[in-house]
Amino acid sequence: MSETLIVQPAISTTTPPAGERKGLTKKEIAADHPTWCPGCGDFSVLALYFKLIEKRKIWHEKITTIAGIGCSSRFPYFVQAHGAHFIHGRALPFASGVSLSRPDLHVFVFGGDGDAFSIGGNHFNHTARKNVKLTYCVMDNWVYGLTKKQTSPTSPLGFKSKTDQWGAVDYPINPMKQAISAGATFVARTTHTNPNHVLQMMEAAMDHDGFSFIECLSECVEFYEHAFDASNPRKGGVFNEVPKDHDVTDELAAYKMAGEDFPGKFGIFYKVNKPTKNTKENEIVKSFQSKTVGMKDWQILQKNFDRMK
Amino acid sequence: MSNAIADVPSSGGAAKVTKINEAIIRIAGNSQDGIQAIGGFLARLAGRSEQEVMTFMTIPSTISGGPSIFQVRIGSGEVLSAGDEADMLLCFYQHSYEDHIKSVKLGGIVLYDADHVTPKPEWQESYRHVGVNISSLTVEAIGGTGRDKGKNIYAMGLLAKIFDLNIPKLTKLIEERFGGKDQSIVTNALNCFNAGYSHSLENLLKTYQFFDSEKKDRHQVVMNGNEALAFGLIAAGVRFGAGYPITPWSDIMELLRRELPKYGGSFIQTEDEIAAVSMAIGASYGGRVAVTGSSGPGISLKTEAIGWAVMAEMPLVIVDVQRGGPSTGMPTNVEQSDLNICCFGGHGDSPRVVIAPTGVEDCFYTAIEAVNIARKYSTPVFILTDQGIATRIEAFKEPNLEKICQDISPDFSDRADHKPYDLTANNGIPQHVAPGTKILSGKYPIATGLEHDELGHPTGSPKLHQLMTDKRRNKLRRLAAELPQLKTYGPSEGQILLVSWGSSEGAIHEAVDRARAVGEGVSCLSIRHINPLPNGLEEIFKGFHHIFVVELNDEGLYGYGQFASILRTRFADPRIRSITKSDGLPWKVKEILDKARTLASKKA
Repeated sequence: MSETLIVQPAISTTTPPAGERKGLTKKEIAADHPTWCPGCGDFSVLALYFKLIEKRKIWHEKITTIAGIGCSSRFPYFVQAHGAHFIHGRALPFASGVSLSRPDLHVFVFGGDGDAFSIGGNHFNHTARKNVKLTYCVMDNWVYGLTKKQTSPTSPLGFKSKTDQWGAVDYPINPMKQAISAGATFVARTTHTNPNHVLQMMEAAMDHDGFSFIECLSECVEFYEHAFDASNPRKGGVFNEVPKDHDVTDELAAYKMAGEDFPGKFGIFYKVNKPTKNTKENEIVKSFQSKTVGMKDWQILQKNFDRMK
Repeated sequence: MSNAIADVPSSGGAAKVTKINEAIIRIAGNSQDGIQAIGGFLARLAGRSEQEVMTFMTIPSTISGGPSIFQVRIGSGEVLSAGDEADMLLCFYQHSYEDHIKSVKLGGIVLYDADHVTPKPEWQESYRHVGVNISSLTVEAIGGTGRDKGKNIYAMGLLAKIFDLNIPKLTKLIEERFGGKDQSIVTNALNCFNAGYSHSLENLLKTYQFFDSEKKDRHQVVMNGNEALAFGLIAAGVRFGAGYPITPWSDIMELLRRELPKYGGSFIQTEDEIAAVSMAIGASYGGRVAVTGSSGPGISLKTEAIGWAVMAEMPLVIVDVQRGGPSTGMPTNVEQSDLNICCFGGHGDSPRVVIAPTGVEDCFYTAIEAVNIARKYSTPVFILTDQGIATRIEAFKEPNLEKICQDISPDFSDRADHKPYDLTANNGIPQHVAPGTKILSGKYPIATGLEHDELGHPTGSPKLHQLMTDKRRNKLRRLAAELPQLKTYGPSEGQILLVSWGSSEGAIHEAVDRARAVGEGVSCLSIRHINPLPNGLEEIFKGFHHIFVVELNDEGLYGYGQFASILRTRFADPRIRSITKSDGLPWKVKEILDKARTLASKKA
């Protein structure tokens, strides 16, 4: 059997058996103090990511947090674990490279609406349709925050920004519709003001075998205050969960629900099981390797060279 | 058939056999005629006969059809280039005849398909014309189905007769090539071949025979540069790659897509060039150096991500199979005009390694070297090849794969402590530690494109930006010091030193041989390591009056090609001048010598 790319790291010698290890505490997982503005919705998402790691007993070495560029994309620096802060818009293909070559890891990608739907829009569609196994949590604040208030692809019509001083004129993207129509196999919506719900969605996303997408509303208190008040009961809004009788495998029903006026519904809109890109690639590997059982790598290559004589 | 030496009577009696040590045959037709197949058969036969071989082809960049040529140079001695002038032209159409007759040396043979070509009286004197009704005889040979598919094999039968080629070996090659398909296909092919071989060439009295070549201690393998490069990556231990189709890089991704699963790996076709480089970097981050590649336009798109890999000090191999540029340019022609983008493409100060293989065999070894440098120095490495090498076929000594193939599985063992951007340890050359690795200190590394401290966390410190910039630059200086010292081909002192990089090596070697043969003091130096340059070049330059850099790109606004400009910047030596051209074709030896002689007569 030739060596495979898919190498499972040996169990760490200093790691006690899984049952005996305690979940990591926030103190052990927190790294730099976040650079976000006080009151930013992203704090809540980070806190719940810590909670997820603790609750699900994910060990340091297995955590892989990846982001592109933007306020929310600073995320990996705040997590004391393996992580990468990649370039603007390209976090998904980077994360796909990790996911496809390292099936032992569950990769989390965090980012904002500009990263996901503007500069990275093409990658969003293709990662979804390929069903690469990873979780993508987009902290959607409807504005460019890091560059200080320009129009984002999710800014609603009429939003006054520095690049649309008279109000945004371009029709916004609907992230949920985009995800469903692109072929994502897990599509959920949540908001930073409901921590329990955020954690629920993160757990369900992590447990999904495929491309899992969460749109998490995350208010930018500096450049788009009160954007999501209508979804926050404490601010006089309503938080309506996806109805119990909604069939999550019904693509049309999910798409329809995604089109509801703000604040719309929260929860899992769509979830189906389809073979992942990871599985399919692995099947190709298996079918090829069944023909080379017992051969060393150089012997496989030698067969090619023998044909070229 | 330069150096035709001895005429000996053939065993058959009537026709005379001339012993030759090499032949340059140009086959011209349309792209769907299978002329590349003839070239491939001849090249493979040469490989099996321990001869040297080099091919050159042009294909139209149209979707289907269009004129195409395949030139093959076979020799009993060393073959350095595809040859300036052909000894024989095999042409299938009037346009093939008219467009390529000038590439045949005076007195050379023109073998034409009399069904389609009407020879011109004015050329009868200068070239020896031999007409055969190739198309109709092919149809006859395969039982008159009315189609001339197989005329390439028929023509190969003619060539086999003229050059007294090894019939059992060629028959075996035909059987291997068409075997596995319908038996009738093999039978048809052999019928065509035998018909061509048996055709009586009454008006061509001479036949030729190659001198025996030296016995080689290992078998030869025959492949093109893209194949050699892809197999080199596999031998080096690369198991993951990502790419987007573009000519002439696509062959490499197709081969890796097909082959990597056998080794437990995979190659992913992505939605675009940016996703391809990003995904490869992601896989490298996952612990095992990965590959991406493209040709000119795609490299432009990848530059931002490559800058990240420089900043984050992430190993990565990027293949650039150059073609004519800029923009879509000339997708199926050769040019060496991506040197600047590979060395300098991207914003900020982002030093990276660039290596240019000089031929097909070197593609195999360069791939391994690139992987090892990427790992050792934790940095992106460009393999800068070109269309000329990518598509040309050469025979070379079979590598000892058992010894060469390497295992580069990542090391996930616990680390007591790890700083991804340690300024002091190991001379500032970091080793990437992948996710899955436990760090006992509890401090985990972040791979980042922001300027950072030693753990990878963002910093605005002026001091750290300086130190980290120094570190990224200095590690390549350390690499430069480790590169092998170069030697000239030809004496180390003389009038002219021809300097080349990449695929021009063979042509400048041959130029030196020709110039030396007439008493001119010409030597040459082929440089594979473009960035960083190996140390000690100034010592070599000291031995010559003129240093002429031969490259297939434009002389630019100030009169110097891309590599010449780098050398002039590096050595501030006015003797360094340029020999360039941009016609999309490989160098002819004569062109180089003519330009060198003219330039030497002008003051620097």
